[in-house]
Amino acid sequence: MNTPVIYLDHAATTYVKPEVFEAMKPYFTEQFGNASSLYSLGRSNRKAVEEARATVARCLGAAENEIYFTGSGTEADNWAIKGIAQAWRKKGKHIITSSIEHPAVLHTCQYLQKEGYDVTYLPVDSEGFVNPADVEKAIRPDTVLVTIMMANNEIGTIQPIKEIAEITKKHGVFFHTDAVQAAGNIPINVKDLGVDLLTIAGHKFYGPKGVGALYIRKGVKIDSFMHGGHQERGKRPSTENVPGIVGIAAALDLAVKSLDAYYQKTYALREKALNKIMERIPHVKLNGPRENRLPGNLNLSFRFIEGESLLLMLDMKGIKASSGSACSSGSLDPSHVLLAIGLPHEIAHGSLRLTFGEDNTDEDVDYLTDCLTEIVGKLRNMSPLWEDFVKGN
Amino acid sequence: MYSEKVMDHFTNPRNVGEIENADGVGQVGNAKCGDIMKMYLKIEDGVIVDAKFKTFGCGAAVATSSMATELIKGKTIKEAELVTNKAVMEALDGLPPVKVHCSVLAEEAIAAALADYRAKNGMVEDYEGGGCTGCCGGCHAHHQEFDEEE
Repeated sequence: MNTPVIYLDHAATTYVKPEVFEAMKPYFTEQFGNASSLYSLGRSNRKAVEEARATVARCLGAAENEIYFTGSGTEADNWAIKGIAQAWRKKGKHIITSSIEHPAVLHTCQYLQKEGYDVTYLPVDSEGFVNPADVEKAIRPDTVLVTIMMANNEIGTIQPIKEIAEITKKHGVFFHTDAVQAAGNIPINVKDLGVDLLTIAGHKFYGPKGVGALYIRKGVKIDSFMHGGHQERGKRPSTENVPGIVGIAAALDLAVKSLDAYYQKTYALREKALNKIMERIPHVKLNGPRENRLPGNLNLSFRFIEGESLLLMLDMKGIKASSGSACSSGSLDPSHVLLAIGLPHEIAHGSLRLTFGEDNTDEDVDYLTDCLTEIVGKLRNMSPLWEDFVKGN
Repeated sequence: MYSEKVMDHFTNPRNVGEIENADGVGQVGNAKCGDIMKMYLKIEDGVIVDAKFKTFGCGAAVATSSMATELIKGKTIKEAELVTNKAVMEALDGLPPVKVHCSVLAEEAIAAALADYRAKNGMVEDYEGGGCTGCCGGCHAHHQEFDEEE
């Protein structure tokens, strides 16, 4: 029997949808021109870039001149944080973030600390929510930026961005949100949210890797992260990645058009998987909330077993998943997110992230549940922690 | 990232289980670091006639436990004491640098089980448990050491 391939790691990355790839193709070959060149080959690419910008702006509820293309979500996060910190350093050098941010934000903040900035890392509750009141309490006269992710990549928690934005606005502090995991999964409207800066990355919603975008509200002063030509109104120089830019716009456009259906589909798969797994396997904990959670995200801790073993055995069954365990990432510490929501180390080590997407089916969930039941049983039989538990030690 | 041998011992681990009334039992590691190995030995006339294990840990932890039990079965206590983490690693055709601490844990599990045997038989006076039982940061030390070697 051939092992099926069941991809349950859509939060890590997605494939490029065929229609997106088709839209990108000409810009690799015939239409290779530099978008800054004056001859027609360049001019038509300038048009393609500006059309893509208009599409992304429309999908996010922004104006065209508020969208800047970058090389990735990480770059957009770096630019937003370092750019605001630099531009406003005379006002103050204090930044507020959460303790469960993506490394692109956390490590940027840590870098700024070395450069003399002060950073407050807000705690989260047991489901991963930031309390807006904590944001307000943390704001000081020298605070220049609050950066809190829209939705968490590991446990799917959707933060109360709108409420936080009302607070930052009241205190005259800029607010950036990393919406890399949110885009394509839940609605985003920058004006409605009230954020000043927002990051997205193409490859999380069936677009290409190597391209992201940063929304910068008109009138927000920000320093450039790179220096060079006039591209992206001089704020983000470098020859435009035309196929990537066309790709991210095409993908976002498709994602926004089919958002409701995609939400319903991934939500149904996640709920089915959660219910079946809980019914079949004892001592399993759902990490993160059940409501206000990304529809396709499921994060579970299986007590008495370790995550890497679980992932390897799932992989042998053709199931591609991810873990909050240490070992898979090459570090020995479990996920900072799972520790921040209060999981003890040994339980955090036994966690599994499943993220559903376009290509998954009900049958995938049935197969997953069968495989998990077998594997968890096998690993528990091998575990001295399980042995102690069964014997009542 | 893992050799075929590691994957073989991970998917088909040898000697998983417990030994009733084992002559020596040793447990090392801790859940905080993500690895616990428990080793059971049956010893007759100074020879390890059977070895079994239970492990909570990653693929490398399971594979090194499996290989360690294979390497010491049939050996005298003296010979088993000479089975080092390097020997376990070599028998598995190597481990990724960040997983070397798993082989150290396997060596420590053997040592702890043998120490328990000696203590039960009045062969040593003060047995302190052996291996790592608390979070000393040692795993991280191994991790760093080998990272630097890369």
